[in-house]
Amino acid sequence: MDTDQLIRSLAADNAHRAPRVGAVLTMALLVAAPLSILIFATFLGVRHDVMSAMHNPFFDMKFAVTLSLAIPAIIVSLHLSRPEALLRGWGWLLLLPVGLLAVAIGSEAMMAPAMPMTMRLMGKNSRVCLFAIPAMSLPLLAGALFGLRHGAPSHPALAGALAGLVSAGLAATLYASHCTDDSPLFVATWYTLATALVTAIGALVGSKVLRY
Amino acid sequence: MRGREDEWTGLMRSAMAGDDAAYHRLLKAVTPVLRAAARRGLARAGQPPDQAEDIVQEILLAVHLKRHTWDSEAPFAPWLFAIGRNKLIDMLRRRGRRIFVNIDDFAETLPGEVPQETASAGEVASQLNTLPQRQRDVLQSIAVDSTSIKDTAAKYSMSEGAVRVALHRGLAALTAKLRDQ
Repeated sequence: MDTDQLIRSLAADNAHRAPRVGAVLTMALLVAAPLSILIFATFLGVRHDVMSAMHNPFFDMKFAVTLSLAIPAIIVSLHLSRPEALLRGWGWLLLLPVGLLAVAIGSEAMMAPAMPMTMRLMGKNSRVCLFAIPAMSLPLLAGALFGLRHGAPSHPALAGALAGLVSAGLAATLYASHCTDDSPLFVATWYTLATALVTAIGALVGSKVLRY
Repeated sequence: MRGREDEWTGLMRSAMAGDDAAYHRLLKAVTPVLRAAARRGLARAGQPPDQAEDIVQEILLAVHLKRHTWDSEAPFAPWLFAIGRNKLIDMLRRRGRRIFVNIDDFAETLPGEVPQETASAGEVASQLNTLPQRQRDVLQSIAVDSTSIKDTAAKYSMSEGAVRVALHRGLAALTAKLRDQ
């Protein structure tokens, strides 16, 4: 088939309209979410003292941190699904959770410590955290990668890493309602390690499946 | 340059609004520019220019299947050239890997070899043969025989909708095969 013939067939297919990447990504995440919630409901569940915990600003802060990771990661991943897009000018959005954590760690340090620093950092749930966040991330990661496949990212590994951040941010939001460790030091350590693992998986898989 | 690129953007907007003729004109207009860029890129990488047409066809397929990622408020050329660069790099990577496994790449060092011009743009044509019968028939009819969707539907006693689906699936399958080869 020569190029003129190919062009003729493309023009004939012009009526075909594909949905926007954002719509496909949203659908894919909505399909994946029940699986992650099922893992959450089966193995974890909301912590028993949730009503009183809500009065603790450090409990609420966990959700601010995880959502300030997930939502900007969705925005940046959609931006990067366009072939000409650069991370420049958008990357700072991904620093939001880091800034929030820094503020939280600073405010905790200024309060009278309820526990020694190492105990706050190590917590009681570090191992659960390291397993639960990646486990709940996996369905969401598959969904995010499926959604982003509809785009045309010029840097598939980077886009895959963003898919990892999206899914880890959402999974961590679920996990935060289970975990009784509310210290920002715990969050900064264990949530970050779990997120880094999921991000690495996302980058690795993304470099294969996000090529277009 | 500016004028040409503004014209492309205008044509693409019309195309996205459903103007098939504008789309056809746009693809015809960008092809020589893509071809020249592909040849330049191959030359810079020390590769012979005989695969330029394959790259052009891959770019056109990607443009077609990913045009929903183009923002109609943005100029068309940067989007197009980003896809072009991506496809050129892909092609060079594939070639790079093959250099070590393909004896033909060492042909020049063998004595008694007569350098041959290889045919251009063979990849799409050869992948076409691996498509399911129906998709191949429809693509053949519309692309090669220049038959309209309506007449193609009559020829194969299919509905026009089924022809459109087969056409789109065929193009998407071709693209996937080229990418994963």
